[in-house]
Amino acid sequence: MKDLAVSNLSLFLSVALVMVSVGISMKEHLGLTKDVFYSVGRAIIQLTIVGYILKYIFKINNVWLTIVITLLIIFNASWNANKRDPNPDKKLWQSFVALLIGTYITLGVLMLSKTIKLVPMQIIPITGMIAGNEMVAIGLCYKTLNESFHDQRQQILEKLALGADIKDSSMPILRRSIKTAMQPTIDSAKTVGLVNLPGMMSGLIFAGVDPVYAIKYQIMVTFMLLSATGLGAVIAGYLAYKNYFNDRMQLIEK
Amino acid sequence: MILSLKNVGYRVKDKDIISNFSLDIATGAFLTIVGPSGGGKSTLLKLLANLISPTSGEIDFKDKNINTYSPTNYRRQVSYCFQQPSLFGETVKDNLEFPFKIRKQPPDQSKMEQVLESVDLKPDFLNKNITELSGGEKQRVALIRNLLFKPEVLLLDEITTGLDNDSKEIVHRLIQNVHKDNTTIIQVTHDNDEIHQAGQIIKVAEGKLVK
Repeated sequence: MKDLAVSNLSLFLSVALVMVSVGISMKEHLGLTKDVFYSVGRAIIQLTIVGYILKYIFKINNVWLTIVITLLIIFNASWNANKRDPNPDKKLWQSFVALLIGTYITLGVLMLSKTIKLVPMQIIPITGMIAGNEMVAIGLCYKTLNESFHDQRQQILEKLALGADIKDSSMPILRRSIKTAMQPTIDSAKTVGLVNLPGMMSGLIFAGVDPVYAIKYQIMVTFMLLSATGLGAVIAGYLAYKNYFNDRMQLIEK
Repeated sequence: MILSLKNVGYRVKDKDIISNFSLDIATGAFLTIVGPSGGGKSTLLKLLANLISPTSGEIDFKDKNINTYSPTNYRRQVSYCFQQPSLFGETVKDNLEFPFKIRKQPPDQSKMEQVLESVDLKPDFLNKNITELSGGEKQRVALIRNLLFKPEVLLLDEITTGLDNDSKEIVHRLIQNVHKDNTTIIQVTHDNDEIHQAGQIIKVAEGKLVK
């Protein structure tokens, strides 16, 4: 830990790196300059606030407060996942339920196996990692559902016309959407350590932890993300496909 | 009457596709609907198939509002066959197994072979990939997919459009046999041969029944 020295001055000097992307934007007329400054400003403010909040929460070390924070993370992730759903008949509670179940089951297994403890220092970062990955997977699931319901409209109508219920009519689409949602996590598991050293492992190594010890945590993260994205995508997919039909099992016109 | 439309209207974005439409269809009838393109014929069939619901009026099936039936049970009795249908899965078998699957029944191989023969297709056709089928073969497979379990009403939406004469003849023969078997047929067509075969003809234009 003694080698970690990000002083305020060194942080300020690293702004030069931001200027690289600003320079590219200006030279190539990309029109991103304003956006770069806005995103950097937001990141600094958000992270500073989160840093102080986390410091306070870790100090208090209260179980109920920790649970409330996990619920806030899950709600925020649901809000963002829901925003990614192009279906105008989307429902926020569906994203929340999918994220809640996916995150809590994964956390539960990790705690039961004594991999992590119910302390804010462990629960909150892990919840953030789980919910963040689930959010991306669920958003991907929604996007694929929407595209497929649009592209395969005729086929669904034909299945309904044959007397199939909405589940039988949508099953290939649902499977494809869940598969698409899980694929990035599976692909990332295949290349972990070969192409990139993921966040958790890099963080531990950076903090001076033995790399062999750090990989144990990364293996745990890989397992937990596979479980969480799978659960989140399955639950969200099974809830969201129903939004494309009305109560007479008719495909809603968009 | 097997189907009755009572002042049925269907309106989308302030536009009347079907308006104030009333019609009684007797059990066992062979009704042909003709009229200009865009006049509301296909919408009428979709309303009868309960794939869309009227925005005004009501449709009765056997003297009961169709909304009192479960949509799946209703559509198994009033079966709609599309113009230019799409086939599912990979093989012809995937398509013919589907009606069994949705009824939670094991696929009946001999029944599937029997319906294939009724449209002049050999039993080994079951394993044929759907990408290898001609337009006429696809339409025949789609039609028998609707007929594996005999419906009470068969709705046909210009199903012979674009078919070669041989395929058309096979389809006509099958439809006549299905009708003889006491299934009510309601077809939309522009084909003169089919218009001549009809027992009853109505004309639909601008969403209205033309007397």
